[in-house]
Amino acid sequence: MAAEYPSSLKYTKDHEWARKSGNAIQVGVTWHAQDAIGAVAYVELPKVGSSVTAGGVFGVIESTKATSDLMAPVAGKVVKVNDALTNNPGLVNEDPYAAGWLIEIEPSSVGEFDQLMDSATYTKLLGA
Amino acid sequence: MPRQTPLNAVHRSLGARMVDFAGWDMPVQYVGLEKEHESVRTAVGLFDVSHMGEIEFRGKGALEEANRLITNDLSKATDGQAVYAGLLNERGTFVDDVVAYRFSPEHIFICVNASNADKDFEWMRSNAKTVKPVNRSDDYAQIAVQGPKAFALVQRLTNVKLDQVGTYRFTQGPIAGVECIISRTGYTGEDGFELYCAPNKAEKLWLALLDEGKIDGCVPAGLGCRDSLRTEMKYALYGNDIDDAHTPLEAGLGWVVKLDKPDFIGKSALVAQKAAGVPRKLIGFEMTEPGIPRAHYAIVKDGQKVGEVTSGTMGPSIKKAVGIGYVPTALSAEGSTFHIEMRGRLVGARVVKTPFYKRG
Repeated sequence: MAAEYPSSLKYTKDHEWARKSGNAIQVGVTWHAQDAIGAVAYVELPKVGSSVTAGGVFGVIESTKATSDLMAPVAGKVVKVNDALTNNPGLVNEDPYAAGWLIEIEPSSVGEFDQLMDSATYTKLLGA
Repeated sequence: MPRQTPLNAVHRSLGARMVDFAGWDMPVQYVGLEKEHESVRTAVGLFDVSHMGEIEFRGKGALEEANRLITNDLSKATDGQAVYAGLLNERGTFVDDVVAYRFSPEHIFICVNASNADKDFEWMRSNAKTVKPVNRSDDYAQIAVQGPKAFALVQRLTNVKLDQVGTYRFTQGPIAGVECIISRTGYTGEDGFELYCAPNKAEKLWLALLDEGKIDGCVPAGLGCRDSLRTEMKYALYGNDIDDAHTPLEAGLGWVVKLDKPDFIGKSALVAQKAAGVPRKLIGFEMTEPGIPRAHYAIVKDGQKVGEVTSGTMGPSIKKAVGIGYVPTALSAEGSTFHIEMRGRLVGARVVKTPFYKRG
């Protein structure tokens, strides 16, 4: 799979993507992040109902190469986690923007999402 | 600015991701750690290890001089044989771990870690009595050719009869027309060679190996898989698993310590430690619950921190999360259980036989 950064998504400098999903914000890692991490072995996600802060650590992703923190793009309450990753963490590599999503956050403020980077800005950040 | 090996431009043209390692700009991966790891286990991979240092003792008494600095015994080796050894201080702890090549009793060549090359040279220089060492690090590039198809690949590029070169033996000769020290050694657990050549010939040698190796599935391999390969073998990495706080007896490297040879720096400390009992041991463990151990995570038994992880990874060939670390000797037996503290969580682990990876 080649590098891809859909224009329908928003991005963070921590290499996460965010997408509106009803009232919630769905969150995952970008193609660049999963490529840098390598084959994902474990994903540790928060419990539904826990609070996250923008830029704060909400979980951990592990591969042969490294253990990396996952940072929330927006503040709010975790309303869903992707349980499929428990048995199949490789979904993060295979399908980072769909089946490999991580959590859904009910945001504390709507504005935070709109301030995230668009695809063009994120791609420029990667090139820098 | 980190230093560059003579293969720097080649790595970049191959699309390598470069990192600063021990002050050198080195390739950590080309296509991906797991794929490179797999290629070395099943075919053959090329590693640029030109950052490693080389120190030479030449002249009458070279063997005796070098032998007084290292734990293994070069007087028991034959010409054309290499030995793995510890380079210790008076406390019996590691200055470095090295491979010493016996060309002859008048010519000993020592390969040292990149991160320690200057320190080692200074240590050897200040401790040498009659034969002074020469730092040859700038005179050699080094390419490691590792994997089950390494032998056939290298043999196709030379008239030297490589079946005469057994494990931990070496010879000299041209590979693809490039004059090399051809050493049957490595750091991956696979068969293969480490080839030392002149820096200005390294690119020619690398490209010849890569080209001839196409039919073998030969790939360039980065430091990322070098680390996962060596961890699966429980080969020690200086700075992680061994350092100047630990002795070779603690590190499970008693087999490279020859206490019956006349004298070497650190011997009396090791004799004393052996008599008193080794207090802790470097063991290999696997996780019995999900999580990957990493260097510096605490090893916990009954609520007490009893040791620290020195290396850990998800082994791509063994498909298990495994680690290396020091524990009190009482906890070092196979089957002993303890916990690894991961971000405040205690995760189960058990001491297992090593190497973690067994060929075939």
